[in-house]
Amino acid sequence: MKNEKKKILFGEFVTGAGLARALEMGAGKVVDEVKASKLRGRGGAGFPTGLKWELTAKQESDEKFVICNADEGEPGTFKDRLLLMEQPEKILEGMAIAGFAIGAARGFVYLRGEYIYLRKILEDAIVSMTERNFLGKNIQDSDFSFDVEIFLGAGAYVCGEEFALISSMNGYRGEPRNKPPYPSEVGFRDKPTVVNNVETLCYVPYIVTKGSEWFKEHGTQASTGTKLFSVSGDVKHPGVYELELGITVNQLLTEVSGEGAKSVQVGGASGLNVAEKDFDKPICFEGLPPGGSIIVFNHKRDMLHVLKNFMEFFVEESCGQCTPCREGNYRLLEGVKMLEKGECSVRYLKELEALCDVMKDSAKCGLGQTSPNAFLSIVENFKTEILYR
Amino acid sequence: MSEMIPVQIDDITCEVEKGTTILQACKCAGLRVPTLCHHPDLEVAGICRICVVEVEGMSGLQAACAFPIRQPIKVRTNSPRVRRARRVNLDLILSEHYGDCYTCTRNGTCELQDLAREYGVDRYRYPSTTAPKFRIDRSTAIVRDQNKCISCKRCIRTCIDLQQVSALETANRGHDVLIQTAFNKPISEVVCINCGQCINRCPTGALRSNMPNELIWQAIDDPEKHVIIQTAPSPRAAIGEEFGYEPGTSVTKKLNAALRRVGFDSIFDTNFAADLTIMEEGTELLTRLKKALVDGDSSVKVPMFTSCSPGWVKYIEHYYPEYLDHLSTCKSPQQMFGAILKTYYAKKIGVNPDKMVVVALMPCVAKKFECNRPEMTDSGGKDVDFGLTTREMAVLIKESGIHLKDLPDEDFDHPLGLGSGAGLIFGATGGVMEAAIRSVYEIVTGRPVPFKGLDVTPIRGMEGIRDAALTIENPLPEYQWLDGITLKVAVAHGTANAKLLMERLKEGTLDYHFIEVMACPGGCLGGGGQPIPTSPEIRAARARAIYAEDHELVLRKSHENPEINQLYAEFLGEPLGHLSHKLLHTHYTPRGRFFLEGI
Ligand SMILES: Cc1cc2nc3c(=O)[nH]c(=O)nc-3n(C[C@H](O)[C@H](O)[C@H](O)COP(=O)(O)O)c2cc1C
Ligand code: SF4
Ligand code: SF4
Ligand code: SF4
Ligand code: SF4
Ligand code: FES
Repeated sequence: MKNEKKKILFGEFVTGAGLARALEMGAGKVVDEVKASKLRGRGGAGFPTGLKWELTAKQESDEKFVICNADEGEPGTFKDRLLLMEQPEKILEGMAIAGFAIGAARGFVYLRGEYIYLRKILEDAIVSMTERNFLGKNIQDSDFSFDVEIFLGAGAYVCGEEFALISSMNGYRGEPRNKPPYPSEVGFRDKPTVVNNVETLCYVPYIVTKGSEWFKEHGTQASTGTKLFSVSGDVKHPGVYELELGITVNQLLTEVSGEGAKSVQVGGASGLNVAEKDFDKPICFEGLPPGGSIIVFNHKRDMLHVLKNFMEFFVEESCGQCTPCREGNYRLLEGVKMLEKGECSVRYLKELEALCDVMKDSAKCGLGQTSPNAFLSIVENFKTEILYR
Repeated sequence: MSEMIPVQIDDITCEVEKGTTILQACKCAGLRVPTLCHHPDLEVAGICRICVVEVEGMSGLQAACAFPIRQPIKVRTNSPRVRRARRVNLDLILSEHYGDCYTCTRNGTCELQDLAREYGVDRYRYPSTTAPKFRIDRSTAIVRDQNKCISCKRCIRTCIDLQQVSALETANRGHDVLIQTAFNKPISEVVCINCGQCINRCPTGALRSNMPNELIWQAIDDPEKHVIIQTAPSPRAAIGEEFGYEPGTSVTKKLNAALRRVGFDSIFDTNFAADLTIMEEGTELLTRLKKALVDGDSSVKVPMFTSCSPGWVKYIEHYYPEYLDHLSTCKSPQQMFGAILKTYYAKKIGVNPDKMVVVALMPCVAKKFECNRPEMTDSGGKDVDFGLTTREMAVLIKESGIHLKDLPDEDFDHPLGLGSGAGLIFGATGGVMEAAIRSVYEIVTGRPVPFKGLDVTPIRGMEGIRDAALTIENPLPEYQWLDGITLKVAVAHGTANAKLLMERLKEGTLDYHFIEVMACPGGCLGGGGQPIPTSPEIRAARARAIYAEDHELVLRKSHENPEINQLYAEFLGEPLGHLSHKLLHTHYTPRGRFFLEGI
């Protein structure tokens, strides 16, 4: 196992140090440093953060925006909540650095509706940082000004998708849009916009102060840094853990005392179900995709029931605009119900697996593209348990 | 010149302008990519996922209709992956669709049915819907059958983006998504202006017009009833499309022959009533201008708006009720004709108006609502009994076993069957204005309009809003007050453009005297009751047919129509006279911003 002492977010932090350093470096160097760190987004898609900033910085526009995606809606995920609750200044500083890097003067925290009770904490942090001139006009006597507002989400999971989020902020139905163009080109109010996850932004002050080389000492070659995992299910010590990317499922289970697991859901409802035979695989962008949620199932769990819960979630949360997701998830849930009653033939199950492939291949947004993951992996891992009940 | 980008589609290489969608590029390359949610008149949605293609270097399939080409790409439109995805997505839609084709008005013109046939669908892949789940929602004009809806949202994009009426919206999420009216009220109780544009753009039978065909057969088959058909200018330029003619083929005289064989007792030309409208509306305009410009009467409102589009009338009643005094009090040609038929003509031929049934062949769905308005009963009963759309008439004709192409040319009946070219061009956006200008200018100055071949070209075309100015010089003695005055007119088509114009009017930045508004894009020739499909090219072709026919006519000015003059001499007296006032003019009703009545 890797050196478990290697923490970043749970390490030391002095508000403002990163921002001060960024102002010294200049916008271009900040982008370069974040690029060099190979930091990838922690909101799910894992897009290289430095590249996203560079693309947005390149756009010519009178106005640009930074949006912190705090919509955290993936079942079993609560790591952003912890950051919002305990480290709001780190988030805001990350946003300010992003704003400085891309040339934005305004930022928004898109806060999940259910997290309304965290609003006060964020507001207080904004006031306090503004008083200390880490936000607001001419930050630290520079030319750079940056204000942050809070936008409360309406409670739909799909609004965590960046375009649905922007669309709901623009006052429309929260529905994903076709890409390209990307938010870096046409975002909030049709202006270039960077959307980053809460956790992604929190690494930024460290990368700026300690350097990309230091950051790359964590994790693997392709998946640098650490990652927060919200661990739940059949473990002795559920909670939020900061672990290095590249950690295997087995190592993670040891860390959280999850002995006796028969499978682990890596990445929440839209992630993969990993069976015992694959517990030696690493969790990282080149391995098991590192979503924020780890749900552990022991031998008492009925995996078909687990799958049903996931599929009910997607049927409910699909925005319903595109065919593969609207109809596909409904058919998958219908299939699960058929399986429950022993009415699903092996042939039809194959048909549903083909459906899953088409959903992944042709759905309009990440929701429909990833919702079949649970179905495919659970059916694959537990075919006998599921078919012959 | 915008940047050209090389693309490779299957084994074809070509260059396209930057920003071209893959779908457009495929069309250029001569490849057909199937679509369902895409429509040439509408904003891109990219939601049915039928048009997906492979783009080299991208992990998932891409929607061809929604993908702008910005750098050189390689596209595959016919790979196993593409075929599988299209087929599965089509099967997903079909399994959820209440596919009862033989009881469906779109049988034969349905894009979903076409796709099912193209893809050789011979079974439902997923457990299928066997019973209808939704009740049918029916107004006098529009019928919504959600059992046939495939959630492509073309109707919503039509109603919200193209028409900016917003009678329809998306409700719920996921599998429960529905196309709904505000608070799920019946369509008859909301702001729907009955333009029917959503019907023309719905790929399926989920939206249709309220067909009166059975009732019309009953009337025709009743020997006691004298059934009259009046035909508007636009259907004759489009109904051929239902019988295998190319868009833009005018079939006026064959249509007359068909109508006679269907069994109508008299066949009249709504162009006649359009000429009558010009007489009344032109006189109203001059009266208003005199009161406003000379007498300083502030109770008289200028600019005056045209009132022949019932979709526009309902739109302004809902959204700009404070401007109702600007609307001409003239009834539409359809309604003027009905009132004349059931009074003057009934008496002339000695038929009891109660035994007279007036059917109006219209390009328009809103005409059904219009003829059912309580105000439209000045003849004693309903002035017009049925509004029948071009599509619905095609069914009547087909049902009669008539092959339009085989028929001889036949004329309208007389009197009331003679219409001028000015009345004919009412069918195209700008036509009412052009007809009015042709007559008003000549009445005021004694000279024909100063445009080559009487074609008032500045207000022709398909620009959303067009305008023109015409200075009056050396008028006749009684119009001296107009000497030197520059008349300013504007034309808008589609309610979105009307809205633009109204907002500018509200700001006080416009100084027009007369404004023509048609609710439908392209004017009546693009009406909601016209043959499906519709597109900018098809509408342009219909417009060409109408303007060409105008050129062939000898009579091209409303005020020179001898049958109109005969009507005034024998019956009405003079424009805006007492009888005109009773039969040909009307009033309007302020309505709510959300509902038919109330708020
Ligand atoms: C259905 C769906 C839900 C999502 N929810 C979230 C979310 O709650 N929080 C988040 O940061 N990203 C979420 N994302 C990912 C965002 O679209 C976006 O990629 C991310 O915010 C970018 O930030 P990052 O690059 O820092 O990861 C979601 C994506 C999808 C498809
Ligand atoms: S994949 Fe699902 S959530 Fe995404 S756009 Fe399609 S229907 Fe909406
Ligand atoms: S909408 Fe199309 S597929 Fe459906 S019943 Fe009508 S014709 Fe058939
Ligand atoms: S008829 Fe016109 S106003 Fe009514 S719903 Fe359709 S598009 Fe909207
Ligand atoms: S009613 Fe027609 S146009 Fe509207 S969503 Fe349904 S199928 Fe599409
Ligand atoms: S036609 Fe392209 S997604 Fe529907």
